[in-house]
Amino acid sequence: MTLSTEMITGAKKRAEIKEQYKRFIGRKILFILFSIILIFIIAGVAATLGSYPITVMEVYSIIFHGLFQNPETTKEIVIWNLRLPRILMGILAGVGLAIAGAMLQGILKNPMASPFTLGIAAGAGFGAALAIILGAGLIAGKYLLIGNAFLFSLIPTFVILGLARYRRATPETMILAGIALLYIFHASTTLLMYFSEPEAVKEAYFWMVGSLGKASWENILPVSIVLMGCTIPLMWKSWDVNVMGAGDETAKSLGVNVERTRIFIMVIASLLTAGIICFTGAIGFIGLVAPHMCRMVIGGDNRFLIPASGLFGAALLLGADTVARTIIAPVILPVGVLTAFMGGPLFLYLIMRKRREYW
Amino acid sequence: MKLKVKDLEFSYAHVPVLKDIRIELAESEMLGVVGPNGAGKSTLIRCIDRILKPQHGTILLDERDIKDMHLMDLARKIGYIPQSSSQIFPATVFDTVLMGRRPHLGWRSSEKDTEKVLETLQMLNIEDLAMQDINELSGGQQQKVFIARALTQEPDVLLLDEPTSNLDIRHQLEVMDIIKNIVRERGISAIMAIHDLNLASRYADRIVMMNGGEIFDAGDAASVLTPENIKRVYGVEAEVNNNHGRPYIVPIRPVR
Repeated sequence: MTLSTEMITGAKKRAEIKEQYKRFIGRKILFILFSIILIFIIAGVAATLGSYPITVMEVYSIIFHGLFQNPETTKEIVIWNLRLPRILMGILAGVGLAIAGAMLQGILKNPMASPFTLGIAAGAGFGAALAIILGAGLIAGKYLLIGNAFLFSLIPTFVILGLARYRRATPETMILAGIALLYIFHASTTLLMYFSEPEAVKEAYFWMVGSLGKASWENILPVSIVLMGCTIPLMWKSWDVNVMGAGDETAKSLGVNVERTRIFIMVIASLLTAGIICFTGAIGFIGLVAPHMCRMVIGGDNRFLIPASGLFGAALLLGADTVARTIIAPVILPVGVLTAFMGGPLFLYLIMRKRREYW
Repeated sequence: MKLKVKDLEFSYAHVPVLKDIRIELAESEMLGVVGPNGAGKSTLIRCIDRILKPQHGTILLDERDIKDMHLMDLARKIGYIPQSSSQIFPATVFDTVLMGRRPHLGWRSSEKDTEKVLETLQMLNIEDLAMQDINELSGGQQQKVFIARALTQEPDVLLLDEPTSNLDIRHQLEVMDIIKNIVRERGISAIMAIHDLNLASRYADRIVMMNGGEIFDAGDAASVLTPENIKRVYGVEAEVNNNHGRPYIVPIRPVR
């Protein structure tokens, strides 16, 4: 081969790789669009289902009209005041939990990590049990339960932050500290329940499973604010988390302050999780399953994984809630039961067909 | 001098690992660091890249103390090539090499960065791997990807932590040739920790022999890789032959 033909084949190959890379990115964007469409479809279906029959077309026209005037007819009130807040809460919670899960998996470099890995759900559960059973808490009035769940769910995060001053913030220390706190909170919750009335125990227990039943317009606003406020900084750090995926040493040599970034993301992801579960209870599995499913399709680049996991997680949670509302209607199951029931087998299936250690 | 290490001391929780280390690295020089397990080779390399913080001593890069440099500035000057991959989640070779651009850009990568990645992949002859997952590659291919990542970083100094330890003989030679060529052509300086004394003898311009966290001897291969030094540092009786002007070490038996 002469030098010039060599150069031509070289240039050709380059163009080819570039084309492949662009296609790869195209696939990621396509998946994100697909997830958005999925959310709209499931939301449309979810709004028609329930004890009061309303068709899809009616749903959309009611939503459209409701934007300009207050709901008056029964149908309008059912959609606007009952079904829509529940659907929106499902979307927001799905987005937030999935993103928090994706980022915690990223910084802890652990495929088993979820929004609850660091003891967040256990803390929230104890806070809620305290409010339900003893009526005691740090905030009085109607926000007692929400405030308690929120504040207690952040305790593990602060304990880990404190530990990080003495020990380096490695994934191992953080996970082990999280597990220690989880046991402490579980034991405290159990002790509390042991000495209380059955009704209160039942209520506290089902709070922990998680449901969208308490969704209302009043709750949508704070959750949206938390979600926006946390997602932006997480997106901003997404490339640093990519680099950290190559190992702490490599990341440091590429100029990333590994420990500080890890702590920063832990705090933001914990806030995000706490801001959601204080309204819904600890809905499990979405934050674990959604990021893994997205990684299988679009790979591990966090710049795309964050939006993809969020949107796909929203579709999953919304789908699960729709099933939870209808499967043995008129009984409405807590969505947390459904996500665990769906997530468990789904996860086993994914593990069975894995291509290598992780996808 | 490109890089100067002065009176470096490092200890892990009061166990001293490095003592009184003094090293100078010239421009476009390849320095081999040899020594038995636990001699402190990897620790030295990590201190130079500020992955570890030494308790004592200074490291000057172009006469500037690296302690005073911003992490991103340092990352534009020094590239680090790890021994093996610790990637858990999937990442394509292309994206892995693109990470080398991190010190040079913000959130988005530009066309220029894409070109840089393609150029480097082509130079190392691994463009066919571009879309494969890093964890599905062999050790030799992975090592080339790490070299590519460090090169897109466009550093002045390369640090290598036993680049050949997991490789078969063909890949050992390929990887060492690549590094040697880069050092020549781009005027990059390199420090590599290496176990294989014969590879060190063949490729390094100068050799530093470490033992118990201290520098035992330094100089060209012929003056450092002597039977006496090998006996004292490794506790191994060895024969040193002359192989085209470079010492060739044949280990015989451990000293009893």
